[in-house]
Amino acid sequence: MSASTDDTPATSGPSRMNAARLAAILLPVAILLLAVAGWEAVVHLNEIPPYILPAPSQIAATLVKDWPVLFGSLLVTLRITFLALFAAVVGGVLLAILFAQSRWIELSFFPFAVILQVTPIVAIAPLLLIYLEPGTAVLVCAFLVAFFPILSNTALGLASADHNLRDLFDLYGASRFKQLVYLRLPAALPYFLGGLRIGGGLALIGAIVAEIAAGTAGQGSGLAFRIIESGYRLNIPRMFAALFLISVAGILIFLLFTALSHLLLHRWHESARKREA
Amino acid sequence: MTLASLSPTLADREPVVSLSGVGKTFSNGTVALENLDLDVFPGEFLSLLGPSGCGKSTALRLMAGLGRATRGEVSIARHDPGEHRGDIGFVFQEPTLMPWATVADNVWLPLRLKGVSRAKADAVIRDSLALVGLASFAGAYPRELSGGMKMRVSIARALATKPSILLMDEPFAALDEITRFKLNDDLLRLKAELGCTVVFVTHSVYESVYMSSRIVVMAARPGRVVSTIDVDAPMPRSESFRATPRYAELCREASAALHGAMAPDDHL
Repeated sequence: MSASTDDTPATSGPSRMNAARLAAILLPVAILLLAVAGWEAVVHLNEIPPYILPAPSQIAATLVKDWPVLFGSLLVTLRITFLALFAAVVGGVLLAILFAQSRWIELSFFPFAVILQVTPIVAIAPLLLIYLEPGTAVLVCAFLVAFFPILSNTALGLASADHNLRDLFDLYGASRFKQLVYLRLPAALPYFLGGLRIGGGLALIGAIVAEIAAGTAGQGSGLAFRIIESGYRLNIPRMFAALFLISVAGILIFLLFTALSHLLLHRWHESARKREA
Repeated sequence: MTLASLSPTLADREPVVSLSGVGKTFSNGTVALENLDLDVFPGEFLSLLGPSGCGKSTALRLMAGLGRATRGEVSIARHDPGEHRGDIGFVFQEPTLMPWATVADNVWLPLRLKGVSRAKADAVIRDSLALVGLASFAGAYPRELSGGMKMRVSIARALATKPSILLMDEPFAALDEITRFKLNDDLLRLKAELGCTVVFVTHSVYESVYMSSRIVVMAARPGRVVSTIDVDAPMPRSESFRATPRYAELCREASAALHGAMAPDDHL
């Protein structure tokens, strides 16, 4: 008798937790499905023609039918995004390390980074298209928007190493290089990963915006180009299909870097720590 | 038998650290120390006791070679002139561990910076952790440990280079009293085992009397030494020492010296 009463809270605890976790997944999925179903219903009930608003089922059908074209474009866009992001990581981290060496270097060069950041990329793109090959111009645009968050976050991280630990490194006569490798870079890692997550999303946006700015001048065939092309041909379902792929790509990039962040930080960083209620 | 061990008075009274006429003025104009004379003798447990802002931490940092004296001279005796700074271990008020490294890797740090590989350092790391009673936590990360355990790791790290001087800057100030008493006893045991010299900064009268062989009481604005108390109670000490009349008497004496050193607006 007493055993059974003792058991009740022990079993209800985890099961309640599982139920909560299940609800956390099911609820947004259900709402999303409901919204899509509503969209489908509205289009059918009002007999809205597909060149004004296509139904989700038709977008899905277009996605399947045009898959070879759209998938090829997706790969082009992703290639630009990751190339730009890679360049932004290399450039941003190296420059942040350079800034960390001297306050004067940082003071001298940081304004340039800020100017590049605050000038809207759509405004720079036409100029870049005059100076550079369209493909290169798109890449540079995507690089420029991804570069700044990585630079500024990494610079902040490098500067935020614990002062007592820096004293300790001094005490043991550590060289600047050792201090960088063993102390400042690990201390900057969480900041860098935050910058990478922002930069990843921005690189995709940069790649899309630049390609739209390039318009038909770009022989590029990324997703943005498909959207413009479909717009000219009033192929609205394909526009939606391309838009859908861009969203999915953005979500996947975000998930990728969130997972990477968790992988690198979950053992030690507070951000990855589970809190007990 | 060497001559030194036969006649300890002469050879052993050569100070290991000596501050003479030391002044320190910070860049913002604050005079942290003024005309400070302080000798640390080998094997002693010296406490620097004083109110906040009396420069006791600054004095400790100067001994460690962290920062330069504005005036006067800081000299550190080196048994081996080739050994640069390795003779000193430093423990901060916070545990100051690298959160991204395991306990063992944190203890490895001083050796790593000297170019000792992890494999070669392994035995030393294990010994240091065993000394502070954390042998089974080598693979844990700092955040998995309690405050007292983190401080033990910090002490193990300071001991990894087998320093002859251990400098401690209010190491137990942030800990609860039970943990603090336990660590006080552990530190006394470690000191007896390792035979190192300890300079211990504290603002606790009771802690300083319990731990020290000598207490230097400092006053603030500007930071200076106002009196020195020899704690003649024999080592090793244990909890029962806290109950002796001599302990109470010394606490009263240190407390009076501390209050004499404090200006009306000083804080402990």
